Amino acid sequence: MTLTIPALRARRTRPRKRGRLTVRCALGLLGLAACAALFAPVLAPHSPDATSLSASLAPPGTSGYWLGADSTGRDVLSRLLYGARLSLLAPLGVVLLSGVLGTALGLLAARAGGWADAVVSRSMDVVFAFPSLLLAMLVVAVAGPGLLAPICALAVSYTPFIGRIVRGAALQEGARPYVEAYRVMGFGELTVTLRHLLPNIAPLLAAQSALGFGYALVDLASLSYLGLGVQPPNADWGSMINQARGAILQGSPWSAIVPGVAVLLTVVSVNVLGEHISASVARRQEVKG
Amino acid sequence: MNPDKTDKTDTVLEIAGLSLAVRGTPLLADVTLRVARGETVGLVGESGSGKSLTVRSALGMLPRGARASGSVAVAGEQVLTASPRALREIRRTRASMVFQDPRAALNPVRRIGDYLTEGLRARGVPRRAAEARALDLLERVGIRDPRGALRRFPHEFSGGMLQRVVIAGALATEPALLLADEPTTALDVTTQAEVVALLRGLQREHGTGMVFVTHDLDLAAAICDRVYVMYAGRTVEEAPGAALFGAPGHPYTRALLEASPSVRGERAELRAIAGRPRALAEAPTGCAFRDRCPKAADACAADVPAAIAHGLSLVACLDPEGTGR
Repeated sequence: MTLTIPALRARRTRPRKRGRLTVRCALGLLGLAACAALFAPVLAPHSPDATSLSASLAPPGTSGYWLGADSTGRDVLSRLLYGARLSLLAPLGVVLLSGVLGTALGLLAARAGGWADAVVSRSMDVVFAFPSLLLAMLVVAVAGPGLLAPICALAVSYTPFIGRIVRGAALQEGARPYVEAYRVMGFGELTVTLRHLLPNIAPLLAAQSALGFGYALVDLASLSYLGLGVQPPNADWGSMINQARGAILQGSPWSAIVPGVAVLLTVVSVNVLGEHISASVARRQEVKG
Repeated sequence: MNPDKTDKTDTVLEIAGLSLAVRGTPLLADVTLRVARGETVGLVGESGSGKSLTVRSALGMLPRGARASGSVAVAGEQVLTASPRALREIRRTRASMVFQDPRAALNPVRRIGDYLTEGLRARGVPRRAAEARALDLLERVGIRDPRGALRRFPHEFSGGMLQRVVIAGALATEPALLLADEPTTALDVTTQAEVVALLRGLQREHGTGMVFVTHDLDLAAAICDRVYVMYAGRTVEEAPGAALFGAPGHPYTRALLEASPSVRGERAELRAIAGRPRALAEAPTGCAFRDRCPKAADACAADVPAAIAHGLSLVACLDPEGTGR
């Protein structure tokens, strides 16, 4: 995995500062998005569903509609702020669910070994074979549109990513003498695994979760764009782009570009953060020897 | 062996006829070891001779998929047939282990205080009492500023200090048996002496029986009441500490002594043992040391030699005098 590539010493000295700046920007943007979602009712100048035909397709910069309005005259800024709620919460759900599931399965496979390992690992391989988006669409087709079904489906298809990494790390960590030392002290397998082994692989888990968040955000936005995720009148960024298709044809693509940029910035920030975490994990492992 | 002086209750570790195999590959054969209360027993031998395996089997820590026969009893409790619950109880209260590398034997993300109190807390000792006990233990093993040490992480200590912490942890439960698996190998010589002195002192104080695994023959001679020499998964010689070095019985022991440097300057020349150490699985028939033994005869190939008395020792050799019939 990329985490174990030893960073060359010479390369490390200079770009540190620039790296730190990028990470700060990413953190700032994510903080901004989180604040937007949290304080949407306070910050939004309009109700996200209030239509005003006179403002239809207003370009950004129109007074009262800073980021313009869509074809039915709804304020894009307000919809963006409210849309941040579902757009951020849903991937968080995916990450949490797949994190818990993947960690449990990965630890089980690594610590139990034998046939349990074989069964869990092969099952994860099978899930790997399904494209996550197709699986989510299938589940939506069965369960009907809504956000819960795709969240669960994506969580299931992201589980093997986490599971594999946790299994590998737990195998590596489990071979270290302190695990044996705690068993010698008379602690049960479960205590040793959860209290001592898990905290040692937590940074790795955090890095992978951050990357998973980015993927989940894009996947869920895609589903919403296809009309399978968030249903009107609720808005998320994906469904905003979907509803702006008409506006693009009419020559004013703003109401599609704005949420698109929001998705892009968030995903890039999350990835930068994930890279940063995994880089510091790699550095720490290098120090550990 | 030596069924004299000590009675049953005084035996803290009794390994009798222990054989171990993983998927058909034999690792240990007919290992016998006894440790009495307050006694220090050395276990020496080359790498791969089964020393660590023997020690770990005393705690029921067998390799995955291992099949063991024979009997292992810690303070009268059978280990090999024990239920997981009983085994945990033995590990918690009867026996403790000190590992080779203290830095690896501690969870790097937990504080020293957590490490020392965890075992006690798991047995229902209240937090304050456990902390007081940890403080007392750290003081006894000679850590300066024990109160501050409780709040520090393993990486903030030197190797020697950390080994003291591990020893403190091992003694927290007042075990009857202390298993020290090369506790000084990872330390430098002066620290080594301190740690050994500490172990001996604490052991004498509590009457703990100790198994001391080491490569260092001089160290074993200095601190052990009895020494077992292992070769290819078998014990080949059992002797009182001093006798082993004065009058080694088994040709392997003799070869080991000749191969180890001594500061006393009796030997100028070091003689390496010909060949390489054998695992039990690849050992020749009969005496496993046969193919490296300078005095091997045809009779050595017939059977695994039984242990016979030679002076104060028990030696598994047909010709312990080394007369070379």
